[in-house]
Amino acid sequence: MIDTFVIPLVKILVVLNATLVAVSYMVLLERKVIAWTQSRLGPMRVGPYGVLQPIADAIKLMIKEDITPVRADRWVFTLAPIISMVPALIVYAVIPFGPTVTIFGHAVPLYVTDINVGLLYIVSVASVGVYGIILAGYASNSKYPLLASLRASAQLISYEVAVTLTLVSVILMAGSLSMVSIVLAQEQARVWYGFVQPLAFGIFFIGSLAETNRAPFDMPEAEQELTGGFHTEYSGMRFALFFLAEYANMIVVSSVATTLFLGGWLRPFPNVAWLGVLDLIPGWIWFLVKSFVFLYIFIWVRATLPRYRYDQLMRLGWKVLIPLAILNLVATAIVKVWWLA
Amino acid sequence: MLSPYIPIAIFVLVATGFAVFTIVISRLLHSSKYNKVKLEPYECGIEPVTGARDRYSIRYYLVAMLFVIFDVETVFMFPWAVIFDRLLLFGLIEMLVFIFILVVGYYYAWQKGALEWV
Repeated sequence: MIDTFVIPLVKILVVLNATLVAVSYMVLLERKVIAWTQSRLGPMRVGPYGVLQPIADAIKLMIKEDITPVRADRWVFTLAPIISMVPALIVYAVIPFGPTVTIFGHAVPLYVTDINVGLLYIVSVASVGVYGIILAGYASNSKYPLLASLRASAQLISYEVAVTLTLVSVILMAGSLSMVSIVLAQEQARVWYGFVQPLAFGIFFIGSLAETNRAPFDMPEAEQELTGGFHTEYSGMRFALFFLAEYANMIVVSSVATTLFLGGWLRPFPNVAWLGVLDLIPGWIWFLVKSFVFLYIFIWVRATLPRYRYDQLMRLGWKVLIPLAILNLVATAIVKVWWLA
Repeated sequence: MLSPYIPIAIFVLVATGFAVFTIVISRLLHSSKYNKVKLEPYECGIEPVTGARDRYSIRYYLVAMLFVIFDVETVFMFPWAVIFDRLLLFGLIEMLVFIFILVVGYYYAWQKGALEWV
């Protein structure tokens, strides 16, 4: 009873809280980093160096007026942010933050659950988030949100194909869909898959920028063309849920990238024996550091690169990334047969 | 057998509960001073003339269809990749035939201009 329900519930609450704190501080970090790249200071007023800004933002969004436009589909309008928030959170159920550790004499695995179709679960749950976006555009019954949601969903599904194909190359290497087994396979192979699958890692990185609607692929939110994007009509807490979902998705893709390509909780250079001293640092810290680096690159890219044009974006997805991903998959399979034969 | 999925079910409940809870709480807290203009759909300050659900580009529909085809094909490769260690050369040739058919369809779509956006 305790093992089936209580311990998972405690873990879920810890993960959920950590995610929400990480998301709110991710927003602050983004504002700060972009400010620094533009020689500004960023938020400085709320608390020392603006560190309490996320709390002020949360309270503000809570008590803001929440408008439902007269022409909107009221139920779907409320349902859409929930549909986009829930998948962004439940993906964390299968992400391994660290190996099994011993706390007070109990062996506690540092993941909520380990299912044997973990990667398939992530891919399918992440796709459900598209429904939130398209329903938001439809329910608003307003021109800009509808256009933006169509753009966003076309973009998401286009890059989904390339990203899923790169995942197949990783599964080929690891021979398993379970996230924990993929990390263990990297430990056994003594190499991070990012080094043996650089092309897959690159495609995954570009695809994850597009799938989280981040610059340079932030077309769905292009202010100059579409005002606010698919959430133009949203305000108050329902807007905040979309906002949280977007940042939660960013943390999800960086965690998935860390697990698949950067060795999850493994230390750097698992093949170099004298670096074994690094094992003294617990695995979950390595995991967080790697995810943080990935998130920082997300912000860095946004601060540096201009926005793509929509037809260029679709061309990159369909005509460049998909052929490259198929090539990479075939090459991986051939090399593996040759290796094992 | 299904026990690893129980935490996921709990997570779905907790996450949905969180989302609904925040909406309900903010509904209790937020101020509301509505007027007719504020509740109009946003259209850069101009009164909306037509409904939003108008005709839109066929391209989106085409992309969605291509996505369904390619994504289903990709999902077929997941089980193949998992047991590839045991299939080896047989699995490789089988999958090369499969990918060849996929690429022929892809080439056809490309030549027909289905991948052109403008």
